[in-house]
Amino acid sequence: MNKFIQTSANRTLSNAVQDHYIAAEAPFSTVIRAGQTVRIEDSYGQQAIDTLFYNADDFSERYSSQDTMREQGAAYISTGTRVISNEGRVMLTMTADTCGRHDTSAGACSCESNTVRFGHGVKYLHACRDNFVIEVAKHGMSKRDVVPNINLFMNVPIEPTGEMTIVDGISAPGDYVELKAEMDVLLVISNCPQINNPCNGFDPTPVRVLVWDGEAS
Amino acid sequence: MHIRRSPEEIAENRARYEEHQKKGLEFAPKALPAKSEKPAPAIADSTILHREVIPGGWYWSTRVRTNEVLRIALDQGHSTVSVVAWNAVDTTERMNLPDTVKVQWTTGLGKGRVIFSDMGKVMFSIVEDSSGAHDCLMGGSTAASNAKKYAGANGPALRNTRDNLVLLTTKAGLDKRDIPAALALFAPVRVDAEGKFHWRPDLVADGDYVELRAEMDMIVGFSNCPHPLDPNPVYAPNPVTVTRIAASAPATDDLCRTATAEAVRGFENNAFAAI
Repeated sequence: MNKFIQTSANRTLSNAVQDHYIAAEAPFSTVIRAGQTVRIEDSYGQQAIDTLFYNADDFSERYSSQDTMREQGAAYISTGTRVISNEGRVMLTMTADTCGRHDTSAGACSCESNTVRFGHGVKYLHACRDNFVIEVAKHGMSKRDVVPNINLFMNVPIEPTGEMTIVDGISAPGDYVELKAEMDVLLVISNCPQINNPCNGFDPTPVRVLVWDGEAS
Repeated sequence: MHIRRSPEEIAENRARYEEHQKKGLEFAPKALPAKSEKPAPAIADSTILHREVIPGGWYWSTRVRTNEVLRIALDQGHSTVSVVAWNAVDTTERMNLPDTVKVQWTTGLGKGRVIFSDMGKVMFSIVEDSSGAHDCLMGGSTAASNAKKYAGANGPALRNTRDNLVLLTTKAGLDKRDIPAALALFAPVRVDAEGKFHWRPDLVADGDYVELRAEMDMIVGFSNCPHPLDPNPVYAPNPVTVTRIAASAPATDDLCRTATAEAVRGFENNAFAAI
């Protein structure tokens, strides 16, 4: 686990340039400019926030979980993680994390994979991939652009044997991460609707996204 | 205003998950067989559709039809082979490693496991595997990772997996947006308690091989480049032999189709899609 690292006190609600409430189970997207800092807050605790990034000027450059893991030599995301694109460039840097550990190995839930994991009876439950497809479609993209993502506040320990399982989230209400954008990025979120595993405490809840300009640092 | 679920509903969902988790973790890998025997058995000439020797540093792609088998063999020394795949009929369906590891409760792929697409269907069955030493997480090399790793040599000029995947993907009529996360065969990467990656050279040896049975018609791509964690300071990938073997229908009690409840449901999705 990383050490608790807190944001700058200069970032207040009154000087945020963006402040978004994202309802439980909903998709969301916004553009963050280079130099700005985005805070993604797990308002109620134990809520997985499935997250993708695209270069705002060229969507073919996007978050790459494999490049990110390779560059840091480790599987989990936390303070200091450089979020790397498929072109090997730094998109954002995680500058604060009050939770300690986030997943980027387990991907997003989908109606289709849910049938495999939990049985065909759960096919007609809302899922992150549907959120992602809906949201990226607003920007002219499609399912083929929905790549393996970051799962903020999702706890997926990987054992030395390879065994992995999604266990109870460790985030408390109000926990957050902050990322400083190193290029203009499109942030796409699926506020995870999964109710078949503990990633949302079996009770999906709203989250909040705030953005500050570089001066508020 | 957000209305929370009732404690009863939450408890009911949790109980259902814990039952799945218990079954998933208890059932496998106990039910899975040992690694495949070495040396790899000879393949009857009459069943060989094609044999390709991929030189060190290079890429290759091929079409495969359902029930054909691809044997990837380290018959000329160690190398790491990155694999990507698309459904040949609808290339928006592609290999999905996050789903593969999540659904099977493990990043440790080996004999008896399957590889899923993003649509809840099985793309490959791992019907033989002598090492079980593969990497689902880190992917392959890039020009930058080669430059860093082989600093002082001609690092940036050395062939890398990222560029190989761009080449084979575009030559298949797709573009770089279609490149899925790649599975690195014969890359013995393990994760420690802190999440750090480690290379375990004891887990893989010359002569190791994997056989992947195609569970749908696909385009499959290979890149034969050293893994970024491979400790060899010299860039020295060996040639790798890929043999495409004629289709034969699996038995009804086929291991990969019956080993886990998740695989069974995945194959049910394949069967439904094929109607």
